[in-house]
This record gives sequence, C-alpha cells and structure tokens, in this order.
Amino acid sequence: MKTPKELRYTETHEWVKVEDGFAYIGITDFAQDSLGEIVFVELPEENDQLNQNSEFATIESVKAASDLNAPISGVVVAVNEDLEDAPELLNTDPYENWIVKIEIEDQSELDSLLDSEAYIKVTEEE
Amino acid sequence: MFKYLPHTHQDIEEMLKTIGVSDICDLFKDIPEELKDFELDLPSQMSEIELRKHFKELEKMNRPLIPFMGAGAYDHYTPSIINHLIQRQEFLTAYTPYQPEVSQGTLQYIFEYQSMICQLTGMDVSNASMYDGSTATAEAMFMAKAARRKNKILVSETINPNILNVIRTYAAPQGIEVVLIKEENGHVSLADLKEKLDGDTAGFIAQTPNVYGIIEDYSGFSDSLKEEKALFIINQDPSTLSHLKTPAEYGADIAVGEAQSLGVPLGYGGPYIGYLATTKKYMRKMPGRICGITEDADGKRAFVLTLQAREQHIRRDKANSNICSNQSLMALFVTIYMATMGKKGLYEVQQISYNHAHYLHDMLLKLAHFEVAFDNQPFFKEFTLKTDLDIEKMNQKLAKHGFLGPLNQGLFREDKAGLVTFAVTEQRTKEEMDTLIRILGGL
Repeated sequence: MKTPKELRYTETHEWVKVEDGFAYIGITDFAQDSLGEIVFVELPEENDQLNQNSEFATIESVKAASDLNAPISGVVVAVNEDLEDAPELLNTDPYENWIVKIEIEDQSELDSLLDSEAYIKVTEEE
Repeated sequence: MFKYLPHTHQDIEEMLKTIGVSDICDLFKDIPEELKDFELDLPSQMSEIELRKHFKELEKMNRPLIPFMGAGAYDHYTPSIINHLIQRQEFLTAYTPYQPEVSQGTLQYIFEYQSMICQLTGMDVSNASMYDGSTATAEAMFMAKAARRKNKILVSETINPNILNVIRTYAAPQGIEVVLIKEENGHVSLADLKEKLDGDTAGFIAQTPNVYGIIEDYSGFSDSLKEEKALFIINQDPSTLSHLKTPAEYGADIAVGEAQSLGVPLGYGGPYIGYLATTKKYMRKMPGRICGITEDADGKRAFVLTLQAREQHIRRDKANSNICSNQSLMALFVTIYMATMGKKGLYEVQQISYNHAHYLHDMLLKLAHFEVAFDNQPFFKEFTLKTDLDIEKMNQKLAKHGFLGPLNQGLFREDKAGLVTFAVTEQRTKEEMDTLIRILGGL
C-alpha cells in the first residue's frame, strides 16, 4: 500500500496535496483498495463551497456508496472530469487522479491533517 | 416458482426441532410478558358459507355512487383482462423475492413498467414504482435535498392539499423548510417563484393539471430554476400525458404522480400507485428499486436489479430514502392497462374524458347558480366553477340521486369557499351528465 510522504491525510482516507496555493484532494490507496472496483464518482460543481469535515462527493463501488469528507474548507476551482467517464482511474492510480482542486480558505486547517506516518498507523488499526 | 402454501404442523415441528426449540412461543420470549398479556376481541370462527353470507351483508352497506369528483382519483374503466392476469398466483402472491433475479418474470414486467413510464413522461429513468403519488412527491423532495444539499423546498399553492400535507409530514423531521408559491387566477405564479427562489432552494414542486383541474403552463420556469441550480419537480396525472406536454419538455428534473388514473379502480381509496422518473443526472438519487436489462454469461437476455449501492440495505442511515420495495402488483396492473390500451387507446379514453368534461362545464355555466371561477384557463377532465349554492346541501341532494357530487374546495381552504371541482371520465354517459345537470338546474 502506497502512502506518499509529501501528502497530508485524514482519518477518513482522503489525501491533500498543496501546490501553488491550491489544494488537490483525492482518496488514498487504502481507500480504493477497501472500496473495490469503483463504478461512479459523484463530483461537486465548480464554485461549490467545501466545509471541513462535511460531505462533498460520493464514490460508488460495486460494494457500497461512500461519502467523501472535505479535509479542509474552500471553494472548488476545478473538478477532475476524467472521473465521469473513467471512475476506475481512482483504482489504477489514486494519487495521480485527484478529485477536486480547491482554493485554500484557512491555512491553519492544514495543521489538523495527518502526516504519512500517522496515517499509516490509522490504516494499521482498521 | 414455489406455490403459495402455508406450513403444515409437521413442517413447523420439523423446523422447531432443527433449531432446538420445543415450543413456537419460545421464539417470542424476548418480548416482555406484559406486552403479550392481552385478549384479542375477535369473533368466533365461521364456516365458509357463514363467512360468505357475512361479507354479502357487509357489502350491502356500501353505497356505490356515480362519481363526479376527482381530486387525484379518477373513475376510468378497468379492462377485464387486467384482473384475470394479475390474479395469476405467480404475480398475486409474489413479493419481489430476496433473490430477485430468480423471478425473471417479475423483473421483466417491472422493466416494461419503467420503460412505459419513461415513454409517457419523456424522462430518462423510472424506478419500479412507489406507494402512491403523494409519497412519490415527498420522495422527490428528498432527492432535491440530497442533490443540492439545501434545505428549502418551494411548493405551488395550486397543488392538491392532500399532497401538500404529505410533503409537510415528510419535510418536518428532515429539517426541510416548505415555502408556498402563490397562485394567480388558478395558476402558479412565475413572478412569485422568481421572488422566493434563491441560492438556498433545493427545488420547486408544481402540479398539472392542478387542484382546480387547470392545465398549467411552465414556460420559463425551468430557466429561472436553473439559474439557482434548483430542481424542477412536476407532479402530473400520467393519463393526461396522452395529450399534454411532458415533464421532460418543460425541463423537469423529476416527474412524479399518482398512476391510479391508468385504469386502477377507485376501491374506496386504494391500493394506488405512485410513479417517479428522473434524468440520468439524478438517477443515483432515486428512491426504491430499479430494474435493468443485461446479458448473462451465456449471452442470454436477463433482468436484474441495478444501482443498489445507493439503497438503504447498503448505505444504511446515509441512504436518501428508506424505500426498499415497490408497489409491484399495482405496477403490473398499470403495465397491463397501458399495454392493453396502447398509445391510441389511451389517447381515445382521455379525449372522451376531455370532451365529456367540456360538455358538462358548458352546460353547467348555462345554469343560474354556476359561473366561471378562473378566466380563460384551459382544463382537462376536471374543472372548477363558482357557485352560490350551499355546497354540502347540494352534494347531499346529489347523493340521494346516486351521484357523488363535486369537490368542495372550501373544505381545503377557507379562501376557496364557494368553489366546486367536477371530474368527468369516459365512463360518465351523456345520460348521467344530463341527469346531473337537471338536478342542479332544479336547485
């Protein structure tokens, strides 16, 4: 299971990558592996407001439909439209295929996220 | 397909033995004794002859009236083939089984039902049916709430108040705010909708033909709603779709309604059946089951339940709806009705209903006590007039002559006192209408 060191994580298995003042959000390798074959991603729309710890998208696999929680707050500036036609991209490469790109509203929220070591511990306990 | 047979004493004994229980009451020992300590006030058993006589006596107490009232329930003819087919035991006793794909026949008629609802409404997908039109409308409200993650629903004042009550009942515990959109000359007001529509609005619910029987025109509604990303929910009597513009043509996101009008008898209030159809965009927010068509490993046609990941048995408390079933036998009922009537038959039935309603409307306006309630509003098989008569007395008089008189709108809303709504179907003969006109003319 891959858990890149340069990313930040949540206990609910989302990752965050900060780049040029924007945050990219996706799901972890652990998450995609637990979900199984992903068949649909319900994306938010551009300009939607994400609030930390609130649901912002739904991922449907052959097993279940699960909600994604926003690791941090911010307005959506882009969604990964490739996922509409090819949701399985989240299975093939969960870190290359981000789900939303948001404008970071409050830098301090990033401090509440886990680093890779802490996240690995979370997955080991599950 | 298993026959519907009750367990014999021997079966029960064997089952108890297998699980190691001596008495069937042991299965209920978790229920506190005080809850089980009561006597049921039931009459002693009857022989078949006695029972038949008893029910004949009860039947005599019914007073079947010839209905000129509609308000969501319409007296259309039920072709006799329907009762013969739905009483086949494979259909009549079969709840959708817990391994549904075993029952290919059941799934096939559900699939055909869905296809016909889509053809009628112009929508992309239909579910396998719902309990009735009112709960289907409330479920559509939940869809809008889930899709938009907003808590405000706008509802037209011209919707049948019975539907509005169900909407309110469902809305309150979910924290949904219901805001009414005013009517203007018997038609929902676009101006008032624009005024009350904002970024917090999840959706707008309207009904056509509405509670007055008026055919509403939704030109421009969908454009306004799209600006705020609010969903457009149209409740429409599906039988009128033989003639009227479809919900899809008006840009509806969800189409719902009561499908009793597709040949289901009035039956003193039920069972009825609701339909719910939507666009591809919102299909994953739909309540209830959906049947799909595919191919099995041998390449043969097969019907399956699909998109189940969103349902309550998988999503638990996060599911949009707790509906896990459908109104299966009534779905079969309307499917056979639609297949029997065909496009042409449905059109003819509704054309006759329309013609009859317009005949009665014009004749009643010639009487002293009736006048137009709303200027220049088109109607289908139901229309509203203003009267200075005592409506309850008028309806008592009509009942004495064997007629169920028009709906008294004043019973719903005080500001509508003096308005009566008549419904006419293909089943009302000219003779019946002329008798009604004669009685009302003599008042």
